[in-house]
Amino acid sequence: MTDYPISIRPFGGHAVLVEWPNIVDEAILEDIIQFKSCLKQRFLDPREWEMVPAYNSLTLIHNKNIIEYRPIKAKLKTWYGKREVAKLANRYLWKLPVCYDLDFAIDLEEVAEKLGTSIEKIIELHCSHVYTVYGIGFLPGFMYLGGLPKALEVHRRAEPRLKVVKGAVGLAGKQTGIYPQESPGGWNIIGNCSIPIFDANRDEPCLVNVGDKIQFYSISRAEYDLYKIEGEVGIYQFDKIKLDA
Amino acid sequence: MLKVLKSGFYTTIQDEGRFGYRDKGVPVSGAMDITAVRNANRLLENDDNDAVLEITMTGPTLQFEEETFIVLAGAEMSATLNNTPASNYKIHKVNAGDILSYGKLLNGFRSYLAIKDGFKTTEVLGSRSQYYPITKRGSLKDNSELEYEIVSSFKPKISELKSASLLDETILEVSKGPEFELLDDAQLQNLFFKEFTVAKENNRMGYQFNEKIKGHNRSMLTSATLPGTLQLTPSGRLIVLMKDGQTTGGYPRIVQLNDKAISILAQKRSRDTVSFKLA
Repeated sequence: MTDYPISIRPFGGHAVLVEWPNIVDEAILEDIIQFKSCLKQRFLDPREWEMVPAYNSLTLIHNKNIIEYRPIKAKLKTWYGKREVAKLANRYLWKLPVCYDLDFAIDLEEVAEKLGTSIEKIIELHCSHVYTVYGIGFLPGFMYLGGLPKALEVHRRAEPRLKVVKGAVGLAGKQTGIYPQESPGGWNIIGNCSIPIFDANRDEPCLVNVGDKIQFYSISRAEYDLYKIEGEVGIYQFDKIKLDA
Repeated sequence: MLKVLKSGFYTTIQDEGRFGYRDKGVPVSGAMDITAVRNANRLLENDDNDAVLEITMTGPTLQFEEETFIVLAGAEMSATLNNTPASNYKIHKVNAGDILSYGKLLNGFRSYLAIKDGFKTTEVLGSRSQYYPITKRGSLKDNSELEYEIVSSFKPKISELKSASLLDETILEVSKGPEFELLDDAQLQNLFFKEFTVAKENNRMGYQFNEKIKGHNRSMLTSATLPGTLQLTPSGRLIVLMKDGQTTGGYPRIVQLNDKAISILAQKRSRDTVSFKLA
């Protein structure tokens, strides 16, 4: 276990920001997730504190009270030094079905042209890589995924669309992701994922956590329709594999 | 039931907010001017988290089907109860059939209707605050009905609050944000010695301003944002995230408004001016 030089700063009266070195790095993300679990299980009451991890930071927010910054800063330093070697957080690899049917993949032909490759090759590449969830934000359940192969890097669209449908799978720069709800957006749409990754009617609305991994697999239109119905009635079985087991 | 005869421009149900899901990207929501709501709920001896109506710019017409007690708070909107003026921060008894309506907006932007024991709409993820698509609707529509408890007698400890209003305040107290050090002398001068005019791009998600300051070319990794976070875009535009604001962002977070400053800003509309002051 590496001890990173972490910095601790106040972020308004209700929050403290803990930052790791300013790079996108799997090992840093894992350290953040483990520290978060350690805080949650041993030191900070999760009914009072919210903890938002993203890339190289962990923001701790006290919802009711104004924090006394100096004591909490000193404690966080001590707790970071005492964090467990044992892995406290369970991380999962989620296999998500994507239908790359051209009815959904409205930009797939254009992307293939821009990248000078075939549609089949794009689908194969998109499905062959494992992506890391570096953050969840922007929209409820929107995952910031890292690990896109260079060959799939394509500029976002010059003109954003006013409406991108729920479940749309997109490519933009170094990122790929799924729109969890209808939204305006400038990403190139290459498919659709019809399963309910985010559902406000579940006790746990978003099953995926920061630090988890995502892999896509290609499905037919018929399977897409089936999973969509299963998702809507709440019987879709998520395909997940425990990591670090 | 409270019958919403006319819903007004934009009327929503809000409590203190939806906490515990920010790591899943769910905004906290909740009343924009929490100071006004706390005062109203405390007059009614309610819980701080009891749900109220947040009434924006143009008020609704509402009919009470059972008796209870209410307090109006926040923006002054020429409210009348059965055609008799009803003032803010004062307990009003209402009877079955009474009609509450709103007229001209005189001061502020968001008015609140608090009711004894709060509105009893359905909770989603632990909150009644409306935010689409977490809740089915983002605001009330005409002819909807809201449940509340019948209360026929209530002897309040205090029946009226004097001078509870923040409506005339224009100075927003801030603390240094995580990327405050990015600002050079010229940017600091502009930020703290100029007035900023609220742009027409203002809503429950965020407030923008017409005036810009010098931009920057700092690129940063996406990190958490909070209600009250003032972001500086590369082109020099200032955006204050409000209660429905996104939970993460990639723009430098130069300063953070305190709770009172968020309440003050929540009462501003296009063309109002404010200034920032480092606390």
